[in-house]
Amino acid sequence: MIEVHDLVKKFGDFCAVDHISFAVPEGKIFGFLGPNGAGKTTTIKMLTTVLQPTSGVLRVDGHDPQREQYKVRRAFGIVFQDPSLDDELTARENMELHGVLYGIPSAERKERIETLLAFVELWDRRNDFVKQYSGGMKRRLEVARALLHKPKILFLDEPTLGLDPQTRNHIWTFIQGLSREQSVTVLFTTHYMEEADRVADEIAVIDHGKIVANGAPAALKEKTQTKTLEEAFISLTGHVIRDEDASSTDRMRMMRNVWRGAGRR
Amino acid sequence: MSAVYILWLRQLKRYFRSRARIIGSLGQPLLFLLALGFGFGPTFAKAGGGNYIQFLAPGIIAMGILFTAVFSGIEIIWDRQFGFLKETLVAPVSRLQIVLGRALGGATVAMIQGAVVFIICLIAGFRFQRAVLLPVALAFMFLIAVLFTAIGTAIGSVLQDMQGFQLIMNFLVMPLFFFSNALFPVQGLPGPLQLIVRMNPLTYGVDGIRGALGNSFAFGLGTDFVVLGILTAVLLAIGSYLFSRIQL
Repeated sequence: MIEVHDLVKKFGDFCAVDHISFAVPEGKIFGFLGPNGAGKTTTIKMLTTVLQPTSGVLRVDGHDPQREQYKVRRAFGIVFQDPSLDDELTARENMELHGVLYGIPSAERKERIETLLAFVELWDRRNDFVKQYSGGMKRRLEVARALLHKPKILFLDEPTLGLDPQTRNHIWTFIQGLSREQSVTVLFTTHYMEEADRVADEIAVIDHGKIVANGAPAALKEKTQTKTLEEAFISLTGHVIRDEDASSTDRMRMMRNVWRGAGRR
Repeated sequence: MSAVYILWLRQLKRYFRSRARIIGSLGQPLLFLLALGFGFGPTFAKAGGGNYIQFLAPGIIAMGILFTAVFSGIEIIWDRQFGFLKETLVAPVSRLQIVLGRALGGATVAMIQGAVVFIICLIAGFRFQRAVLLPVALAFMFLIAVLFTAIGTAIGSVLQDMQGFQLIMNFLVMPLFFFSNALFPVQGLPGPLQLIVRMNPLTYGVDGIRGALGNSFAFGLGTDFVVLGILTAVLLAIGSYLFSRIQL
């Protein structure tokens, strides 16, 4: 369902993704693990048509993300690493906008929005502005939105970051169900190793742009002679703490508030 | 086309929901209208220019549109930073549809802002001459709304964050306003200033609105329309092109 062959992405001299290859068969849950700045998000950006690879071959649902952008975009749903909702709109309006962008007919759209919002337990709050939502609610809404157009593939970039165990559990149970019952192919990244251990059929560990190990969670533990995936991960990627460039988001948020004025709740 | 419509609708909803922004962005035109309008009024009349409010109002309407339109376009930077842009970029619709929806939404919002300033001008004592020409004035308002939203879109597509915000404000928006015929007539300006003012697209918008509302075009209805029409098309094309090149 997802195929990556010899993928390279360079930003100037820096090689963010360095000749990686992997494949995810239909209906499988694939965990893409690595320290900060390892190249996970960059790879997802290339698979989801928003970043041009330097070289390599990509196939998403059999299509090339560079040349057949629309076919690829129709085939996947995505939950980005950071929020991508319009928080000045209500949950329902966010869903509605997504449905229209993906060309879902009006009657079906209405029905699916209700089903999905009910499924992530947000139907009662459908008319609330997203800015009033908690982090967990926003995440659930994003998962619901990503599924609205019935994608065959789901990309989840740290979908459970900063969520409490209840919400994380809720989201993963839901996603495992999708994979089992509707054969949705899932590629996710996370820093919670026990989570990856529990849900992933297969895992690839990426570090400094290269895949250093891949296989089922049990196989990785066996290979590294460790008891938990966390130990296996550290044994594979070392103890060095990685720096990642801080974005200017905080400064932006402040400026936005100044510009919009005090009318925000 | 439904993608264009839903993105247009989004801009409108966001506008009507941020009352602070509506009121806040009316402050500046109001200040200019009242302080300059009544402050320079006697001098302007003495110099033989007639009623200054009559002259100034179209300039202030254009100012309201200019500011709102540029910022509507630049909002791309916020959407990029706060993530919503990604949602539209991975959707199976062309970049052109996205940019059109955004630009038309921004232009509509700017038009509404212009219309509100228009009403304030009427309250302040401005009177238009012939109601028949009102649609012509509205057409010019719409043209500059699209034009400056396109400029904002082009800038917003290139800038990564709001670091350049002050730069845009002080070296683009303010000069566009001050080096135009919004506050003073083109005729009789010193050579270099006259040249700059004549090269400023806002000048043709202000002249169009002023001519339609007061029946005295400095350049003529046809010239204003052709200049603005061509510029709007060109800038919309540039804005769309730069937007289509956005990568995340």
